Amino acid sequence: MSPRQVFPALSLHAQALQCGRGGTVLGRPVDLAVAPGTALLLRGPNGAGKTTLLLTLAGVVEPLEGNFALRGWDPDEGPVLHFCGHRNAVKPRLSVRENLQFWAQVNGGGGLAVPQALEQVGLDMLANLDAGYLSAGQGRRLALARLLVSPRPLWLLDEPTAALDRDGHALVGRLIDGQLDAGGLVIAATHDAIALAGPGRATTLTLERAP
Amino acid sequence: MNAFGATLARDLRLALRGGGDVLTLVLFFVIVGVVVPFAVGPDQALLARLAPGMIWIAAFLSMLLGLDRLFRPDHEDGTLLLLRQADLPLPAIVAAKLVAHWLLAALPLLLASPLLALLLSMDLASFWRTLLSLAVGTPALAAFGAIGASITVGIGRGGLLAPILIAPLSVPVLIFGVGAIPAGPGPDQSGSALLFLAAISLIACATAPFAAALAINAGED
Repeated sequence: MSPRQVFPALSLHAQALQCGRGGTVLGRPVDLAVAPGTALLLRGPNGAGKTTLLLTLAGVVEPLEGNFALRGWDPDEGPVLHFCGHRNAVKPRLSVRENLQFWAQVNGGGGLAVPQALEQVGLDMLANLDAGYLSAGQGRRLALARLLVSPRPLWLLDEPTAALDRDGHALVGRLIDGQLDAGGLVIAATHDAIALAGPGRATTLTLERAP
Repeated sequence: MNAFGATLARDLRLALRGGGDVLTLVLFFVIVGVVVPFAVGPDQALLARLAPGMIWIAAFLSMLLGLDRLFRPDHEDGTLLLLRQADLPLPAIVAAKLVAHWLLAALPLLLASPLLALLLSMDLASFWRTLLSLAVGTPALAAFGAIGASITVGIGRGGLLAPILIAPLSVPVLIFGVGAIPAGPGPDQSGSALLFLAAISLIACATAPFAAALAINAGED
């Protein structure tokens, strides 16, 4: 596997970042440094603030204290990140292909074509099925396919392996590897072990509940 | 422009596949027209005088009914969160949804209004005038509705709150909307009322996407 750099070298830094929802402090302040081509796995018990940290990095929730910065990205180049939350943002009345097509158009495409992305996540046989008939795991796969159709350097994944089978776990590992090969960053909150190609590619940050 | 079109097409497709949604608003609109002659009595002259106001009230209430499906389904399945990271700025996406909302919630009412005109024994001249004032005024109702819906999208059962928020904003639309239909004796000011109505619509449609996007961004925290 030869590393190919397609994203500009980008790194994420945070100092004493304190997250919270609705004024309530969650977890302890965290320091982050994520270099290009590496992944950060967030671990910790329920309620430790993993999702909130991801939402904070996505710019959805304001940090209570501290700050974070993304170095090496010009805001004029458009949105930098993909957020993949625990809600799949899949419309049951649209077909699998229409769902993905919509996101390709709205997010600007430029990555895999829709049929190839569906093939990657193993949904190519179901492209014409209404997404309402998908199982939880298949819906998750469709949400992951969205990451492939529009390349963006930073992926924020919230429980990417939730509802996925063993094969799906391997798929998530492959997708993250592909993103890292391209020089992107991945921050994933997960309770499962994610197998990546190299041992040095991922660091783990364990969040704790606020005292 | 591609993303704008995609958002618009998706909203239209979702609503039309839902089937019932669009029809519910039209039925509600027509039912008001059916009920009024029974409540007011069969006096044709009186009905004809009330008709423009009745049609506007029916349109206003029907459009309130459709508000909840503007942002709430997207909020509930996480789409709204992801749209904030879209290539297209959020106000442009809201604008696309606003256009779709008008096409789904107001255009069917315009198409159904001849039925109401018949039930309320309007004459042809004031029917055309009513149709014109509805066409000019409903974009303002849709825009104000989008603001109300975006503010309440994060609140459970906010669907009841949005109409209360936007009712005061909608009052001028109703005043000038009915005023744009010439009625009875006295000086005819319907021309200037129509211009005012058009001005309200333009201002509302120009500012609502930004206001609604701001409310959506602020609402998540």
